[in-house]
Amino acid sequence: MTSRLYHIAFNTFREAVRDRVLYNLVFFALLMVGSAPLFSTISIGLERIVLVNLGLTAITLFGVVIAIFIGIGLVSKEIEKRTLYTVLSRPVRRWEFIVGKYLGLAATLIVNAGFMALGLFAAVLFVQRSLGMQDTYILIALYFIVLQFLVIIAITLLFSSFSSPLLSAIFAFGVFVIGNFADDIRGFASLTEGVQRWLITAVSYMVPNFGSMNVVSQVAHGQGVALGLVAMNTLYAALYLLAALSGAILIFEKRNLK
Amino acid sequence: MKPASSITRVFTALLVVCIIAIPLTARRLNDMRPHATLQDVLYIKSAKAARYVSLGYTGLAASIYWTRAVQYFGTKHIERDRRYELLEPLLTLATDLDPQLTVAYEFGSVFLSQPPPEGAGKPEAAVALVERGIQRNPNRWRLYYYLGFIHYSERKDYAAAAEAFERGSRVPGAHPFLRTIAAAARQKGGEYETARLLWTSIYETTEDKLIKKTALMRLAALRVDADITHVESLIRRYYEQFRQYPTRWNQLIAAGYLQGVPADPLGQPYKLMEGGRIEVADPDSLPFITKGLPPGRDADYVPPPKSQP
Repeated sequence: MTSRLYHIAFNTFREAVRDRVLYNLVFFALLMVGSAPLFSTISIGLERIVLVNLGLTAITLFGVVIAIFIGIGLVSKEIEKRTLYTVLSRPVRRWEFIVGKYLGLAATLIVNAGFMALGLFAAVLFVQRSLGMQDTYILIALYFIVLQFLVIIAITLLFSSFSSPLLSAIFAFGVFVIGNFADDIRGFASLTEGVQRWLITAVSYMVPNFGSMNVVSQVAHGQGVALGLVAMNTLYAALYLLAALSGAILIFEKRNLK
Repeated sequence: MKPASSITRVFTALLVVCIIAIPLTARRLNDMRPHATLQDVLYIKSAKAARYVSLGYTGLAASIYWTRAVQYFGTKHIERDRRYELLEPLLTLATDLDPQLTVAYEFGSVFLSQPPPEGAGKPEAAVALVERGIQRNPNRWRLYYYLGFIHYSERKDYAAAAEAFERGSRVPGAHPFLRTIAAAARQKGGEYETARLLWTSIYETTEDKLIKKTALMRLAALRVDADITHVESLIRRYYEQFRQYPTRWNQLIAAGYLQGVPADPLGQPYKLMEGGRIEVADPDSLPFITKGLPPGRDADYVPPPKSQP
């Protein structure tokens, strides 16, 4: 089983690289390193804050766009090209196919984020001339960004298991945007009463709370992140991606592929 | 019917477990970072930038900023905090994004004007906020009402208060009580009855629970101040008659000055102290009172925060 998962995941990763997905890294590195000297002209003492904010936000947005646009094609492309039938005619179970595809895209995004992080640290080093303790907190922010990727890939796979690629992309991007406003939805709930309040609160807890995984501003100011929050976010992301993946697997298991 | 395969059963069970656990974990996460939203609210400080970021959906962005202002105020209020640094910029952003968001001018000005820890203690900023609201919405009589209210209650500028109420009373469709309040503020500024009239009207016209609660607390404080002023005058008369201060309420009752033991609006009897002084039983439960406080504690005293469960 492990070998089958590995092969599906590795092929997915290789396919993503062949699709020139990683070209965005060059663009990102140029953006970061090229714009770093400009930050010093914005305001005294703001260079690092702007750089870290911009860098981490760009990593998130690049990653989410890649996750969604590759994620929607993971299953549908295989069906369209009829390669899925070749895969499933071998001793590969449908759930293994979904999990393997998930792992392959997750690996692509982790590598992607890793390289972009290197570009960001290079820019920080350029601006500050040295790296300090406060810069290690950027790693925690990066870890949270990767958690967001893992959740969004699972959600995209879930949508693409029953919907068209275009609708899946719209749904997944919508969930990402709403998830970033989960705290505000909860805020709106507190301003209402009765059934309305209950319903809005329920919605706010069911959408993925990407706000809790967003510590970009905090680390840009050199503030640390509590270990408890790291652990709880990890658990939360694990639960969310497991739920979305299970949903995708259950739908794919029942799907008529003829 | 075909029995479910083991894979279906496993993933269904996993899905159910995760769906139950997700809200619980989200709740825990929310508790772990109760102030995260509030600390992060001002990524963007200018309405112009916020307008671009919101892709032109300024109404929604204004609602979000107004919600955050309410949450920010609520959190600080519960913590009995004396500093509300972000309140004014949040309100400015919300009202700049949506100049017709009158609720933000009305309640926001109350949040801004009240003395800490009940509010930000910035009556001048509150006046500026409502004046901006009036400039943008000249036909909303409630804005003049809140403006007059801040002048009266927090700035003690009774002439400015009367003028604001009078301006409001000239707006088509304005509530008739504005004329009454304007006249009262003009003629009897600073008197108990005028203040009571003002807070009663606030209590009766607002639908916001927090403002209603504040109005009730203000009315209670006004009654305590009036009660204590009255009873102190009785004690002075008792002293003139007997050349000594009463030490028990029974003495004042027996002398015919009182019908019974006087109590505050919460039903707790006032305490008769040495030298004919009067204290309330629980000053923490009666914010805004200026009389009946223990020695060494002025009206600006902030009680320690209540422990959170």
